[in-house]
Amino acid sequence: MRGSAFIPKMAWRDSRASRWRLLLFSISITFGIAALVALGSFRRSLAQAIDEQARTLIGADLVVESSRPFNREQEAMLHSLGEAQAREVRFRTMAVFPKSGGTRLVQVRALGGGFPFYGKMETLPSVAAQTFRSGGQAVLEESVLFQFRAIAGDSVKIGDAVFAIAGALKKMPGEASPAASFAPRVYIPLQNLADTHLLKPGSVARYLDFVRFPPGANVNATIAKIIPQLRRFGLEFETVEKRKKDLGEILDNLYRFLNLVGFISLLLGAVGVASAIQAHLQQKVETAAILRCLGAPVFRTVAIYLLQAMAMGLAGSIAGGALGVAVQGILPVVLRNVVPLSIPTAIAWQPLLRGMGIGLSICVLFALPPLVRFRRVSPLLILRIPVEQEASSRRDAVIWLAYILIAAIITSFAFSQAERWTQGLIFAAGLGVAVGVLTAVAKLLIVLLRKFFPHRWSFVLRQGFANLYRPNNRTLLLTLSLGLGTFLLLNLYLTRNVLLAQFRSVGANNQPNIFLFDIQPDQKNAVAALVRSLGLPVIQQAPIVTMRLAEINGRKTAQMLADPQRTIPEWELEREYRSTYREQLTDTEKITDGKWIGRIDSRAGDAVPISVERGIAKDLGVKIGDRLVFDVQGVLVATRVASLRSVDWKRFQTNFFIVFPAGVLEQAPGFNVLVSRVPTPEDSARLQNVVVAKFPNVSALDLTAVIQTVDAILTKVALVIRIMTLFTVGTGLIVLASTIWSGRYQRLKESVLLRTLGATRLQIWKILCAEYFFLGVLTSATGILLAIAASWGLAIFVFKLTYALSLWPAAAAAILVTTLTVLVGLLTSYGVGKTPPLEILRAGVE
Amino acid sequence: MLNVQKLTKIYATSAGDLTVLKDVSFILAQGATCSILGPSGSGKTTLLGLCAGLDRPSSGSVLLNGIALDQLSEDGKAQVRNQSVGFVFQNFQLIPTLTALENVTVPMELRGDRSARSLGLGLLRRVGLAERTVHYPAQLSGGEQQRVALARAFINRPKILFADEPTGNLDAETSQAIIEIMLDLNKTAGTTLVLVTHDPDVARLTERTIRLRNGQMI
Repeated sequence: MRGSAFIPKMAWRDSRASRWRLLLFSISITFGIAALVALGSFRRSLAQAIDEQARTLIGADLVVESSRPFNREQEAMLHSLGEAQAREVRFRTMAVFPKSGGTRLVQVRALGGGFPFYGKMETLPSVAAQTFRSGGQAVLEESVLFQFRAIAGDSVKIGDAVFAIAGALKKMPGEASPAASFAPRVYIPLQNLADTHLLKPGSVARYLDFVRFPPGANVNATIAKIIPQLRRFGLEFETVEKRKKDLGEILDNLYRFLNLVGFISLLLGAVGVASAIQAHLQQKVETAAILRCLGAPVFRTVAIYLLQAMAMGLAGSIAGGALGVAVQGILPVVLRNVVPLSIPTAIAWQPLLRGMGIGLSICVLFALPPLVRFRRVSPLLILRIPVEQEASSRRDAVIWLAYILIAAIITSFAFSQAERWTQGLIFAAGLGVAVGVLTAVAKLLIVLLRKFFPHRWSFVLRQGFANLYRPNNRTLLLTLSLGLGTFLLLNLYLTRNVLLAQFRSVGANNQPNIFLFDIQPDQKNAVAALVRSLGLPVIQQAPIVTMRLAEINGRKTAQMLADPQRTIPEWELEREYRSTYREQLTDTEKITDGKWIGRIDSRAGDAVPISVERGIAKDLGVKIGDRLVFDVQGVLVATRVASLRSVDWKRFQTNFFIVFPAGVLEQAPGFNVLVSRVPTPEDSARLQNVVVAKFPNVSALDLTAVIQTVDAILTKVALVIRIMTLFTVGTGLIVLASTIWSGRYQRLKESVLLRTLGATRLQIWKILCAEYFFLGVLTSATGILLAIAASWGLAIFVFKLTYALSLWPAAAAAILVTTLTVLVGLLTSYGVGKTPPLEILRAGVE
Repeated sequence: MLNVQKLTKIYATSAGDLTVLKDVSFILAQGATCSILGPSGSGKTTLLGLCAGLDRPSSGSVLLNGIALDQLSEDGKAQVRNQSVGFVFQNFQLIPTLTALENVTVPMELRGDRSARSLGLGLLRRVGLAERTVHYPAQLSGGEQQRVALARAFINRPKILFADEPTGNLDAETSQAIIEIMLDLNKTAGTTLVLVTHDPDVARLTERTIRLRNGQMI
């Protein structure tokens, strides 16, 4: 194109006086891009790690699992599978530490054979991973050793057997090692399992067989061949592919959520860039008019500034890319206990370029509206002739096109990140509503101030307030960027609080807070008596019988599992149902359909009328009158759905999917659960010690420990969310600074005039304070109200929790945002009151 | 060179239509010099803006170098300005971020002409600013800025130069120098000169004077 070199040359020359300022503004998008790049790179690295270390995900080629010891037929089939096999029996019980006298619920893993076949069991000392297998020794999770100040060489008592502690478990292939868990792992040799005398008929235990196929075997083909057989036997199984898929799905969900948070930072940053471009263009109107007068076509005039906006975007993207790569190196360290893999930290180019590309595009996209408006600059401006009233920008179709383009791209990004399109729509609509409300508030403020201006107030206050509605004010821009930032950050915080409050409320009042389980039928009364003898209440006792679903309306579950068209989730067909039987409903249950039948006189051949929880009934696709057959530890029991129940799962009590009437399962192998309440941690320890001493097979679960664990898990997840929100906070601050800074030239002119007319520095300072204080208060209040509304909506409609507003975070946000606005406002206006007026008048303002 | 026929400009205001120029007609030949003289608000600058294709007339026509400006799009008019028209303004209208030389070469660079630099240096030398080529407008005096503007106006060898009160912001001595340069360039390059002024002494220096009052030729 003729003279095309002129555009970059002019763009470069024209940026001379504002180059550094434009570069500074470009940092607005840096954090958002960094977030996207870091997440994208991390996801890529994780996918690479999953592929490379796939076999270490389960430590074997195939894991077969059962809730009962394998029978002869199953054993024969298992033996035919692979050249190397290992066995493990898992169950929960109480561990006693004789040295400290402490007790704790643990998960015992009695291991026999050379598992893991892939990857390495890591212990401290490292030899412990092998020595404990020879017998009489145990390897315990590091956290539990730390809790009871136990070291290698001390002993731990499991049931009737005492084991020497060989060392601490650091890592097991395929398993994350959370800092806190309900039942920390304790590895003992399989040959010593019988010495514990803990496993009895009906005890809840898992029996695992780890298989390694011969080298060169086609693992997937072999597994595909035996799946029908495994299903026929009612055995559960796990393969590397299955684990890879599950892990991928979990991480995808987390990635999607975090990516949206990162995208919000980017959007905030883009608002900052748009405001900077707008302010920049305001100063360039005259230059554009001169260029137009000298014969520059509209396109070239606009292209000069479009190029500058692109350069800003590119600079911000490069900085963001570099920061993202740095953060990507940190994420694996933060998540090392959550992700069971070692994650490579090499630069992933595709996510890097993608993140930078998104950043650059968003930056240019948001610069479009002010640029589109800029095309209407008339060359007549330089002749001081009033420009004829053209159609206002409201009627400018091209500007609306630019807005529609922005909305469409944001919505499509939200769609691409959400699991379901409805979620994407809700995200985009929520953002749209927030932007709409903030815009409305800003515009309403301008209108109200104009209409009801406080003319009697002091000069400085009047000046400060007038700055909010005068031409070229920053009210809308600051309300949008600050309000959006406050809304997003506070919403995240309040939602986390709502989730935590739910768990904390458990410990309050007279709610149950300790569970004793694995109580054998013959121990039921003795354990209850023991609890009462300690002055503690027996709040609830429930018998539990484990069973599996065998048929639904005449169709076998194995058949259904093999059907690729089925709609019932796999886990609901395969899972072990822990069901109870009783005559009455509990206070956490309500019949929603059908009739509750509490007792029957069982006659062979009659279908047992059962009550099914509403949610699982929906998943299984069953309604009143449908027939289900359960495999109760080898005995098939035919049932019919007599009633559907709603269950308040949030209440810490014994809740069940399936409830049988009394009179059917009394003779089935099972165990009992007892629910009580302990007033203090000391009472809890006393109860656990006494119960374990007298009934070694009975386990205790203290809910205060559960609450701590949930808190620890949420804190861990929250840490990642916090890192992401830090990007948003950082962006918010930069946008705040840049939007205020971009209005500086105008403030400078006004302040210089005021100073020329005799205003003191203090008066100018007060004017600025009044302006930014009012803006800070209004913006934070709007953002806070939006955040409260959003967190309420999330609590009620998404998490289905009762909403309790925490006032102090809202108050803290109001103070923080207002103070920051005033501080940044004053900082970026630094020099306004100090510079001699003549210096500015002579130099012009840039 | 410039054929103006029945030129009228009416602005729509909230108080009703405001006629700032009414039925103005005149013809200027190539190389002619002409002043548009009149008091403030008489429509001088509006007339200049219409002649240069910076604005659209409400009625009437302007033929510039044989081209009917009202038939052209905005970009078409911009091209005509770039190729045939030079401008000098009362407040100089230099781009503050460009040096003196860069300001001068903008019209040629817009055309992609690679000889812009040497031509620009030559013109700056001719207006007596050979030593000030790398200075920014803020570093130049008013007279120097106007000389840079003059050099810029002549760099694309315009067929017509529109000057809007070019000496309005200058002292008498500098004004004299600027007018001399313009007339000299008119003579040597054959450029038609249209000068808007309210100073009768300046107007006397041109071959023809168009007097305006209340938007009408008198």
